[in-house]
Amino acid sequence: MAADSALTNGADSQRLRWKYLDRILSRPGPFTDPDWEPGEAVIEGLSRAKILVIGAGGLGCEILKNLALSGFKDIHVIDMDTIDVSNLNRQFLFRHADVGKYKADVAARFVEKRVKGVKITPYCGKIQDKDEDYYMQFAMVVCGLDSIEARRWINATLVGLFNEEDPDSLKPLIDGGTEGFKGQARVVFPTMTSCIECQLDMHAPRAAVPLCTLATIPRQPQHCIEWAHIIAWEEERKDITLDTDDPEHITWLFQKALKRAQEFNISGVTYSMTQGVVKNIIPAIASTNAIVAASCCNEAFKLATNSNPFLGIPETDNYMMYTGDESIYTYTFQHIKKPDCPVCGNLAKNLEVDSKSTLQEFIDSLAERPEAQLKKPTIRTEAKSLYYQSPPALEEQTRPNLSKKLSELVSDGEEVAIQDPAFQIAFKFKLVFKK
Amino acid sequence: MLKIWSMKQKQQQDESAATGPKKKKVTAAQLRVQKDLSELSLGSTMKTDFPNPDDILNFTLTIEPDEGMYKGGRFNFNFAINQNFPHDPPKVKCTQKIYHPNIDLEGNVCLNILREDWKPVLNLNAVIVGLQFLFLEPNASDPLNKEAAEDLKSNREGFKRNVRSAMGGGAVKGQSYERVLK
Ligand SMILES: [Zn+2]
Repeated sequence: MAADSALTNGADSQRLRWKYLDRILSRPGPFTDPDWEPGEAVIEGLSRAKILVIGAGGLGCEILKNLALSGFKDIHVIDMDTIDVSNLNRQFLFRHADVGKYKADVAARFVEKRVKGVKITPYCGKIQDKDEDYYMQFAMVVCGLDSIEARRWINATLVGLFNEEDPDSLKPLIDGGTEGFKGQARVVFPTMTSCIECQLDMHAPRAAVPLCTLATIPRQPQHCIEWAHIIAWEEERKDITLDTDDPEHITWLFQKALKRAQEFNISGVTYSMTQGVVKNIIPAIASTNAIVAASCCNEAFKLATNSNPFLGIPETDNYMMYTGDESIYTYTFQHIKKPDCPVCGNLAKNLEVDSKSTLQEFIDSLAERPEAQLKKPTIRTEAKSLYYQSPPALEEQTRPNLSKKLSELVSDGEEVAIQDPAFQIAFKFKLVFKK
Repeated sequence: MLKIWSMKQKQQQDESAATGPKKKKVTAAQLRVQKDLSELSLGSTMKTDFPNPDDILNFTLTIEPDEGMYKGGRFNFNFAINQNFPHDPPKVKCTQKIYHPNIDLEGNVCLNILREDWKPVLNLNAVIVGLQFLFLEPNASDPLNKEAAEDLKSNREGFKRNVRSAMGGGAVKGQSYERVLK
């Protein structure tokens, strides 16, 4: 049997650790694809697969541990945060002595020490520091983030990475998220299935209390803290940028909130509640993190090995939601890709242009393009507003660009986004200069 | 994975995806604001100003109500949109110190869709319509300026007079306001 050869191949007792895993990868099961060939190649493939984990917090600790215990051997992890004492209750890769150190570093060393043969490469910084070449090296990306902004960024990056001529440029994105007793795991095949941006409305907006309630009739301790945060700070310390990691700032807000709570006979304002409200800390439940991370890692394992059908296969379910706050409920469904998604709806196409032609000439040529006759285009690059049809003030300000040469406005290969009132979605072109 | 790739090839359309030098891409927030701006209906009572035309995420909206108690005034609002738009609402503040029950002296605005009722499907036009409405129908039940709200509730005529004098740069109950007349 193939499993035996895998065992003897390594020829060491280390392989015994993976005995049951190897068994799954060495013979077909009832759900495996008939074309799948189990055996050593699959086992090899898993240990060679380079996988990126974004986030080394509550979810990240679970994900790193699970991936390492599932046979992944080349794991990279990015996190910009350092360890806070309040993380220790659930971020189990960290100890008291680690407080103040980078999460990615400490998590990587811990898992490497516990699971022999695993290599974990940490990067302590922002995902935005890295370019397309960096993301290109991975087989897939697993996210355990608490920021929607960061998710949107990596999603747009992976969609932008995709190139039809290169199978390796398709990077599956596995995303886990939790909020208290609720969570979700989802898989995105960039450009093929519904992406994070398509699913933006699945994120519940942060529950906010009307401003006038905060200003006039606070009823809860949190209202007093929000008042201090939004109104009192602006009134009294306008010139100081609020830093939610600065204890002096939190203390100031706490004192303000406490005083206001006393005025309205509200009890319960504490320093840690102030910190929680101001930093928008959502109570993390360790078990929810464990459930969601486990689901993400199972999908990663199945994706890397093809051993069983996984979430996100086009035209099938791609989203698993979990709710544990009222008994327990899970629901798995297919979130449909949005044709007008600003990220995956229209991919940038190359467009050859004469760098000496003017913006006006370029705009005129757009009206004649066969696939979309853009008659009233508004057009920009990431850095510049090239021409806006409206509002009138912006039209006037950008009008002088019409007589400029393209070479003065964009660089060779730069992306422009074009919005036209006749279309719901923006068109994106990379302007390639004619040689 | 390879199976997925063959599906992709079946799915493949006739378009060819772009390759070439790596450059910064227009962000999702920029794309959405660009779309919203193209759908803005300002009419004759509103105009925008972009201090830096390349930065469409930060601009000023001027409202000049042509009816109601605030007719004849010119009100400026600062719009600050972050990269998490439209998940996050735009941050909108009145840049003048005005007498209005739903706007405090710091310029904070109590408008439900700017906070508790914001949804990504709402657009900038909905926000400016909401702001415009605040000047037509100031609302005493959502007070940010408590005095102004009390005035509006108890004595509508007196409130109107206060609005006029505040708009002219006068003081109301010891609080001086900025002159906002055209
Ligand atoms: Zn999408």
